[in-house]
Amino acid sequence: MEALLAIMIGVLTATGVYLTLRARTFAVLLGLTLLSYAVNLFLVASGRLVVASAPLTDQGLDTYPDPLPQALVLTAIVIGFGMTALLVVLALRALRETGDDHVDGERGTARRRGRK
Amino acid sequence: MSHLPILPILLPLLAGSLLLLATGMAESLRRSIGLAATLALLPIAVALLLRVADGTHLVYALGDWPPPFGIVLVVDRLAAFMLLLTAVVALASHVYAGGGEDMAGPQFQPLFQFQLMGINGAFLTGDLFNLFVFFEVLLIAFYALLLHGLGPRRVGAAIHVVVLNLIGSTLFLFAVGTLYGVTGTLNLADLARVLPTLGPDEAALARSGALLLLGVFALKAALLPLGFWLPRAYGAALAAPAALFAVLTKVGVYAILRVFALCFGPDAGPLAGVAQPWLLPAALATLAFGAIGALGARGLREAAGWLVVYSVGALLVAVGVFSEAGYAAAVYYTAHSTLAGAALFLVVDLVVRHRAAAGDRLDVAGAMPRAALLGTLFFLVAVAIAGLPPLSGFAGKIMVLNAVRATGSAAVAWSVLLASTLLVVVALSRAGSAIFWRTDGSDGGSAPRLPRRGVAAAGALLVAVVGLVAWGGAVTAFAHATGRQLAQPSAYTDAVLGPGAPDRAMHRSLR
Repeated sequence: MEALLAIMIGVLTATGVYLTLRARTFAVLLGLTLLSYAVNLFLVASGRLVVASAPLTDQGLDTYPDPLPQALVLTAIVIGFGMTALLVVLALRALRETGDDHVDGERGTARRRGRK
Repeated sequence: MSHLPILPILLPLLAGSLLLLATGMAESLRRSIGLAATLALLPIAVALLLRVADGTHLVYALGDWPPPFGIVLVVDRLAAFMLLLTAVVALASHVYAGGGEDMAGPQFQPLFQFQLMGINGAFLTGDLFNLFVFFEVLLIAFYALLLHGLGPRRVGAAIHVVVLNLIGSTLFLFAVGTLYGVTGTLNLADLARVLPTLGPDEAALARSGALLLLGVFALKAALLPLGFWLPRAYGAALAAPAALFAVLTKVGVYAILRVFALCFGPDAGPLAGVAQPWLLPAALATLAFGAIGALGARGLREAAGWLVVYSVGALLVAVGVFSEAGYAAAVYYTAHSTLAGAALFLVVDLVVRHRAAAGDRLDVAGAMPRAALLGTLFFLVAVAIAGLPPLSGFAGKIMVLNAVRATGSAAVAWSVLLASTLLVVVALSRAGSAIFWRTDGSDGGSAPRLPRRGVAAAGALLVAVVGLVAWGGAVTAFAHATGRQLAQPSAYTDAVLGPGAPDRAMHRSLR
């Protein structure tokens, strides 16, 4: 299970990095989302993986999962969601203001119109 | 337990929420509430500073959960000093914004308060995950204030900043996860105790986590090669938010200072000085690059952005020494560079708004209206930023020069520090003469009235800069005391956790 999770985090991170390096805002947005998925899984794993156990703790159990990373992940998900929403709005706004969805915002119409 | 340490977070939170709910309220009333909440931070910060001036650590355990399990806020000399600095700059920025900039968008007042909450929280928190949370709070307010007033230039700059900082946040979480996986704790004091006991395998993992953290903080502090976003973004922002952002880069510096002095100091065994080989060279490069950028800037606002990079570089040179003298120099230089940087943005904005035709560009234009007053302000702020005597930049730079003398790379560091100062002097004289002297004889057009609030805010910041020199003895003594405190992490860990050896079994019990 460790190997599977590690490979998954790796694939998500690699895809996320690739997409983040693209020139258009939508791909970058998807890349950042994938990166945040990867980091959330990574945080869960930082509390060690426990199989066939109570979700938090129960009497008479020797092994139970570390509750702290779960709390951290919950916070990270909420923050990541808010930030992604902000970036979506910002990207749309940039498209409207500059008529262009390049991250640099200077190709195409914005440059032709002369920089402001 | 006194509740004083949490007030700098609670007050802006409550004021911001109230202002957010009171959208229908008259704008002047909202402004007054915002001003009152900002003003109230000042006595709170002073009270905290007086409480910790003798070297005590105020530890505030939220919900009275004992550390390392609960969340703690810790106030020491450095944290209280940063709170006071933030309160001063925020007040000046708010007064300046009252001149009309706060009307450029609908929600300036609540955003301003949330920005303050994030900054204050980052200074107060005693654990790594809450540092992340407060970073996010201050960042999301930062994005919105950066966009305040909108326009294509601001939106374009903001996209860069948001994407970069989202990547930074992801790296921050990776670093936090790595450190937690290795040590089983995120409380800074607890980390400082557990890290030296790690075996070689775990230490290697912790080292990569620590360097990731350094990268994240360097991005916030605009350290080269991660600082290219700053000049454009700060140059695009309105003046009052930009003045407040002068504190934001210092949050990154503070985080480096706090985490690496406390957890990766000389007592950290295999992890001691993990940031040292990276920070000093990068800081020197930042310093040189900031000076060159200021020299090459085509507009005044852009030059101001580069000057922020330059002063962060000088500051991190002091931090990068990782010695008591270095920390002391960093504390003094932080005060100087925050106040002078904020004043720079306000003065530049006053100047630019009075050059109706040429605006921001450093071109020949009509005669400058009200050149005497604006010229004096510009001259003062230029002297302060460049680090010429008699203002605080000079005193700060002497302390930095003195601190790097003990390191192996003193010759390089001295050359870069002095040469970059020269470049900045050239850049500022060029900008000043282009604006005030090289006029083409035409009338500069009808002069708008100087906003009285604006001049007062910029003037007050300059008075504070002068105060750093006038009461230089007291400030320097405090800086040295803070440096001593930072160089002795055991006092911090004892205050938070109580004296004694780390309890490894406790951390292992969950594994």
